[in-house]
Amino acid sequence: MKIKRELGLIVVLVIFNVLCALKEPNYISPRNIDSILLWMPLLLVAAIGQFPVIVARGIDISVGSILGLSAITTGVLLKTHPNLSLLALFVIGALVGIILGCINGLLIAFGKIPAVVATIGTLTLYRGLTFMVSGGDQIDASTIPDKLTALANSGWTFKEVTVSWLLIIGITFAIIAACATRFAQFYRNVFAYGSNPDAAYLRGISPTMVQMVCYGASGLMGGIAGIMFLSRFGNASPSSAGSGFELVVIASVAIGGVKITGGSGSVLGVFLGCLLLSCINVALTALKFNADWQQLIYGITILIALIIDSASQIRRTRSAA
Amino acid sequence: MKRPEWIPAILTILVVLLFAKVSTDFRDIPYLLGNTTIFAETGLLAIGMTLVIISGNIDLSVGSTLILTSCLTAKFMGAGVPNIVAIGFALIVGTLLGAINGLLVAYAKLPSFLVTLGTMAMYRGVAQAMLGASGADVAPGMKGLDRAALLGLPYPLIIFLSCALVVGLLLHRMTLGRWLFGIGTNKDAAHYTGFPVQRATVTTFALTGFLIGIAALMLNSRLGVARYDMEPGIELKAITIVVAGGTAISGGKGSMLGTVLSWLLLYFVRTGMGVTNIKAEYQLTIIGLILILSVFAQQIAANFSSNRLKKQTKLGN
Repeated sequence: MKIKRELGLIVVLVIFNVLCALKEPNYISPRNIDSILLWMPLLLVAAIGQFPVIVARGIDISVGSILGLSAITTGVLLKTHPNLSLLALFVIGALVGIILGCINGLLIAFGKIPAVVATIGTLTLYRGLTFMVSGGDQIDASTIPDKLTALANSGWTFKEVTVSWLLIIGITFAIIAACATRFAQFYRNVFAYGSNPDAAYLRGISPTMVQMVCYGASGLMGGIAGIMFLSRFGNASPSSAGSGFELVVIASVAIGGVKITGGSGSVLGVFLGCLLLSCINVALTALKFNADWQQLIYGITILIALIIDSASQIRRTRSAA
Repeated sequence: MKRPEWIPAILTILVVLLFAKVSTDFRDIPYLLGNTTIFAETGLLAIGMTLVIISGNIDLSVGSTLILTSCLTAKFMGAGVPNIVAIGFALIVGTLLGAINGLLVAYAKLPSFLVTLGTMAMYRGVAQAMLGASGADVAPGMKGLDRAALLGLPYPLIIFLSCALVVGLLLHRMTLGRWLFGIGTNKDAAHYTGFPVQRATVTTFALTGFLIGIAALMLNSRLGVARYDMEPGIELKAITIVVAGGTAISGGKGSMLGTVLSWLLLYFVRTGMGVTNIKAEYQLTIIGLILILSVFAQQIAANFSSNRLKKQTKLGN
C-alpha cells in the first residue's frame, strides 16, 4: 500500500521532466542535470534530519538557523585556523548542529514546550547567535579553502554529467537512513511513537528519549548541511545563510508523503520530494521563466501534493467501508 | 495564578521600569505612542492569529497575505480610484485570501500547517510574479494617513486597539467564540455537539484575512510603496506574540487580553532596545529568549496549579 505513494511521485517526476523536455529540447542537457544535482544535496541532508522529527509528531522549524549558525561558526574558525582538515570542518559543523538540536530536544522533551513554539523561538534565538558569533561580518570566499568548494565543483564524472561529492554525501546519508528505517530499533520506536504515543509509552518506549534523539539528529543534519552550504556557495552571510530554508525542507518532506500528523512516511518519498523540488527549480530557469515565479510554483506544488494525498485517502477509507 | 496573562503583564511592567530607568528617551510618552505605528500591523495579524490558534489551527500565510493585499491594492490604486474604493478593495482581497485558506482547511480537510505553508509561498509568489523587483507606488492620497492622530493617539494604534476590543468581544462573549474554543479543545466533540465546525473555521480564516486587509492599508500608507519582499518573517512575529500571550498552540485555550499584553511587551522590548542602542544582533536573541521563557513560565505555572488541583482532589477522597 505504502509503495503507491512513491510510485505516484515517480510518475509525476517523469511526466514533469518529459513535459519540460518537450517544451525545451535543451532541458535534458548535461548542464541542467548538473544544476539539478547541485541544488539537491543540502535539501536532502536537512530533509533526512527532519524526517524522523515529523514522523514522531514534531517539527523542527529552527533548521534554517542551525544551518546558518553552523556555517558561520565554522567560517569564523576558518579565519583564525585556515589549515583545518575537511574532516575537522564537518566534525565542527556536526557538533554545533548536535548541540543546537539537543537544546531543542531539551525544551521539547523535558520543558514540555510544544515543538512548533520551541523551534520558532530557537529559530530567532539561533539567528541572533549567528550575528553575535560573526560580529555581523560576512564569511567571504577567501576564507573558505579550495578543498571545501571542490566538493561541490568536482566529483564522479560520467561522460559530461558530474555527480558532485556533495550529492554523493547526501545520497550516502539517504541510504543509511533508508536502511535504518528498516533495521534500526530507534526508527521503529519513532514510528511507534508517531502512530500512538500512549501505546508506545506502554510498550516501554521512552518519549523523552525518542524526542531527544530526533531533535539531536535533526540538528546534526542541519549542522552538516551548514558545511555543505559553505562548500556549495563559497560564502555565507549571517542574515541570509539558510534563512527561509526550513520551509523548503518541510515542504519537500510533506511532498514526499510524510504525514504531518506523524506515524508514516519513507526515506524514498523524502528523496523523491527533494528531487521534484530541485527539478522544478531548475526547470524554471531552463524554460526561461522569470525567477520571480519560483515561490508561486512551490506553493502550488505543495497544495497539489496535499490535495492528491487527501483525495486518495478519502477514496481508501470509502473502499474500506 | 490560573490565568496565564499575568506573565506578560508582569514582564511588561518590569521591562517598562527597566528601560525607563536606563534611558531618558524611553520616558518620552509622545515618542512611545508615535512609534506604535510601526508595530500596529503585526498586532492586527496577531489578533487574527489568536482566533486561528484557539480553534486548533495555525496560519503561516498571514505575512504573505499582507504583502499580496498591499501590492494588489497599490497596483489597483495606480488606476486612479478614490481612497474609499481602494479601502474596500483591500478588505475584500484580504478576506478572500483568508477564506481560501479556510475553505482548504475546513472542506478539503487538509492540515492547516501545510495548507498555509503552501499559500504562504503562493501568495508571496503571486506578488513577486506581478511586481518582480520593482515596487508599486501608493497613490499620494493614501500616503502618510498613518501619521494622523486623535488626542495624541496615532490612528494605527486606535485601529489596533479597537479591533482587539471588537474581536475580543466576539471571542469571549459571542457564540462564534464559544464554537472556536470548543473546536480547539476537541473537534469531533464540537461536531457532535452540533457546532458548525466547517463554517466556523472558514469564518475564522476569513476574519483573519479581513484584519490583514486593514493592516495592508496601514502598511501602504506608512511605506508609500509596495514591494513583494516587505516584512519578511512577520508571520513568526505574530505567532510569537500570540503564544507568549498565553494562547496554547494546541488550541482550546487563550485570550485576546493575553495577545494585547504580549503585543505591548514585545513593543516595549523592541522600542527599549532601539533607544538604548542594543545591537540588532542581540535583539533577535533576546526576542527568541523571551518567547521560550514566557512559554516555559506558563508551563510551570500550569503544572503547579494542576498539581495543586490533584492534591485537593486527593484530600477530598
